[in-house]
Amino acid sequence: MSDPARRERTHSDGVRAVAPLAIAVAGFGVSFGVLARAADMGTLAPIVMSMTTFAGSAQFAAASILGVGGTVASAITAAVLLNARYGPIGVSVAPSLTGRWWSRFLHAQLTVDESWAIAAEGEGRFNPRVLLGAGVTLYVSWVGGTVLGVAFGDVIGDPSRWGLDAAFPALFLALLVAQLRGRQAVAAAALGAGIALALTPFTPAGVPIIAASAACLLGLRAADDAPVDEEPPP
Amino acid sequence: MTATWTVVLIVGVITIAIKALGPMLLGGGPLPPSATVVIVLLAPALLAALVAVNTLGGDRELEIDARLPGVLAAAVAIKLRAPVLIVVIVAAIVTAGVRAFTG
Repeated sequence: MSDPARRERTHSDGVRAVAPLAIAVAGFGVSFGVLARAADMGTLAPIVMSMTTFAGSAQFAAASILGVGGTVASAITAAVLLNARYGPIGVSVAPSLTGRWWSRFLHAQLTVDESWAIAAEGEGRFNPRVLLGAGVTLYVSWVGGTVLGVAFGDVIGDPSRWGLDAAFPALFLALLVAQLRGRQAVAAAALGAGIALALTPFTPAGVPIIAASAACLLGLRAADDAPVDEEPPP
Repeated sequence: MTATWTVVLIVGVITIAIKALGPMLLGGGPLPPSATVVIVLLAPALLAALVAVNTLGGDRELEIDARLPGVLAAAVAIKLRAPVLIVVIVAAIVTAGVRAFTG
């Protein structure tokens, strides 16, 4: 994004830009709190998880695996694999974070998909003040929503009665579509879904999702193909 | 320690470490291209698996129930470029409605 006025963006610009997303994130925080209660995670653990992990899809994955009786190892592995993208994302913002170690640590923890995207200024540069403003806004929304969801989970009752179990695949689908840039991503998604469905009848809950991560190895083959980047001959 | 707290604490510590790694350690220097192309595909592969398992997965079986029409409705909403919040609400309403009518 190039700003013709060339005014340097600051914290409040990050807050403003992320406000509509923050409302949605708060809504997901509520539904995470509700699902976590339904998955027998108790009241404090989901809130602590939102405060420390602060990553929607990983928390939903861990909660849904625990909810269907999956193993601790498969819940941890699925959540960690879902958060692995924060490795390269952290690498991408690193050159823009020039403060002391505690400042870089704080910015790193507030770097999630939405704050990262909003802070991008092109050519690999990120605005740390926008990142901080957007990140704090999302953090308050996510943790606050989780508290509300945990608190009112009992009032809402069985989440599946309200169709909230369908909200998870819908959310993952929306996040997935945003990731489907290019044929490699589409192929990895199709193979991942295929592996997961094929293994579901034969393995403990959670294992199909972990096994599906092997689909990312398509990247090695696609990388060899990448320089060609043209349709195969008929 | 319960299974829940084990997951919460370990996932929390590992996630904090993953997020901190680049900004704390790096003075620049991109990842090797072979690592990048693999990691970039992790998200779509895992998210697609989550969609599939949460839509059709049962207790060691595949089952078609009220979740499927909800997710199909969500797909239509995504196609119409609805905001994510609306997509999720559409899925919940359709699934809840189908459940209410089919018992």
